Amino acid sequence: MRSVNPPTPRSRLRPADLLPVGTVGPRARPLRAGLSALGVAIGIAAIVAVLSITRSSQADLLAQIDLLGTDLLTVVNGRSIEGQEAKLPAAAGRMLGRLEGVRQLAPTAQLEAASVYRTDKVPAILSGGLAVRACDPALLATLDGRVRQGGFLNPASARYPATVLGYQAAKGLGIAALDQPTRVWLGGHWFTVVGILDPFPLAPEIDRSALVGFPVATRLLGYDGHPSRIYVRTDTERTTAVAALLAPTADPTHPEQVRASRPSDALTARVAAKSATTGLFLGLGAVALLVGGIGIANVMVIGVLERRSEIGLRRALGATRGHVAAQFLVESLLLAALGGVGGVAAGAAITIAVAQRQHWPVQVPAVAAWGGLAAALAIGAVAGLYPALRAARLAPTDALRSV
Amino acid sequence: MTATAPSAATPVLELDRVRKVYAGTPPVEPVRGVTLTVTRGELVAVVGPSGSGKTTLLHLMAALDRPTSGVVRVAGQPVGALPDRRVAGLRAHRLGVVFQQFFLLENLTALDNVAAGLLYRGVPGAERRRLARQALERVGLGHRLGHRPTTLSGGERQRVAIARALVGHPQVVLADEPTGNLDSAASADLVALLQALNRQGVTLVVVTHDHGVAAAMTRRVELRDGQVVRDSGAGGP
Repeated sequence: MRSVNPPTPRSRLRPADLLPVGTVGPRARPLRAGLSALGVAIGIAAIVAVLSITRSSQADLLAQIDLLGTDLLTVVNGRSIEGQEAKLPAAAGRMLGRLEGVRQLAPTAQLEAASVYRTDKVPAILSGGLAVRACDPALLATLDGRVRQGGFLNPASARYPATVLGYQAAKGLGIAALDQPTRVWLGGHWFTVVGILDPFPLAPEIDRSALVGFPVATRLLGYDGHPSRIYVRTDTERTTAVAALLAPTADPTHPEQVRASRPSDALTARVAAKSATTGLFLGLGAVALLVGGIGIANVMVIGVLERRSEIGLRRALGATRGHVAAQFLVESLLLAALGGVGGVAAGAAITIAVAQRQHWPVQVPAVAAWGGLAAALAIGAVAGLYPALRAARLAPTDALRSV
Repeated sequence: MTATAPSAATPVLELDRVRKVYAGTPPVEPVRGVTLTVTRGELVAVVGPSGSGKTTLLHLMAALDRPTSGVVRVAGQPVGALPDRRVAGLRAHRLGVVFQQFFLLENLTALDNVAAGLLYRGVPGAERRRLARQALERVGLGHRLGHRPTTLSGGERQRVAIARALVGHPQVVLADEPTGNLDSAASADLVALLQALNRQGVTLVVVTHDHGVAAAMTRRVELRDGQVVRDSGAGGP
């Protein structure tokens, strides 16, 4: 007869021991562990860097938009076949000025007949794509622009043959400095250059124009009183409402021919466009991550084959199949987490380097960092599952015999 | 354990007409109906030539494998009828195993290797290391705690493995050719250690093909072609 035996306790692996047990493999082969983590790190770094660099450049664009303001509207009367601006009714500027919500307003008129040249010896056909535009001194304030050199038109200079060159126009004419009195050949007359403007991101057509005053335009360049493009600065909260009223107000008889637009929309569209191209790079990052995951799975499968005797020993020491599976799963998760942390750090470092070169604000979205880590862990779990199950299924006797 | 009445006749390991057949053409039957009872405090040698089924029998006794037919009881529990988790519990709490190849983890110190013997009992780390130190002192390696297996001699490595098997005070320690990888001097030392441990109350079953080692045990079970051909019986030669 047998004596009565006390019940046998279950085998138990403390959660606190799971982590050290999971590092036995990587500690035994640190180079291999490092290389397999590197694969995941590259994928995560690519994803984090793409998301962060996109976000940083968007932040830069958005900051530009904020700086330029979204409250600027332009009114044009379509375009003629030659690509020149068509005329608006002469009263358009006055009418628009009466609209509620309009803060500032500056009509301009592209003078089709006039071109600007460096000297009177330049053949007429070589206009360089530069336009001559009549405007009034309020334009600078309405566009919130800055003068690079010299000054802007004022009520006095607007009456004389004086011109202010847009940034591109000055470049095209080869005028870099106004230290010496400088003249250009404009519409068959010599005009003195009194100023050069900084670029206007929201009004690129001004950049390519030589600006003259309305009075002198009327007197020398055949200006007939019809504006072709009107810049309107609105109260910020009324921009949309004002935009809807611009066309019928500017030309009540043919509102359908008038186009009112918001130049900042073009920049906003660029923000969206940047998001669109991000998808491709994210896809490439995901492929890199997948390859990294396969690398981990590969290393884990090899590890299970090489460590059969360790698996057998652990079973002999009392490990359940679950303990063995957990050990290899934790190991895989650790490798992936190592890769994930390294990848997020590398991605952030790349972002900082790129953003500093481009003078962008550095932005690493939290969702990219945490998402990168989560993706790494998910990859680690998937990569470790098969090797872990394989290790768990290994019969202890087979494992111990395999030496 | 100490709660139950300590009697010289308490069986710790019982095999009743145990057979093990491996499928194949033709099927292999390394263990053919072995009946054997090991009681507390015994020092048993299972001796036989290679191919006699010794290692398979040891795996069955160590609850690492299940018999095809017959019953293996470890500490009264029938191994074949228990789910994996319960069998693992038996291995963790009731059994200690020593292998010919030592199976020490290379990148752990001797102390941590021995402490691993308590890993699957849920013993906290500090307590594991305290007990491991005691076990290493018991096998005469108190001065080698921080050494890694690669810096130890073969005899020392096998002592570490024995300490690992002993650390949880199992009901029986099973050793598979423990002297198989040792030179004769180290073998003699190891046999002396096993005898000393047995005198301290450790129940030991040593599987060996070495008749010299077997002769040093108090009971010898001779195995041939998977069957017991001679058993010197409990209680001495």
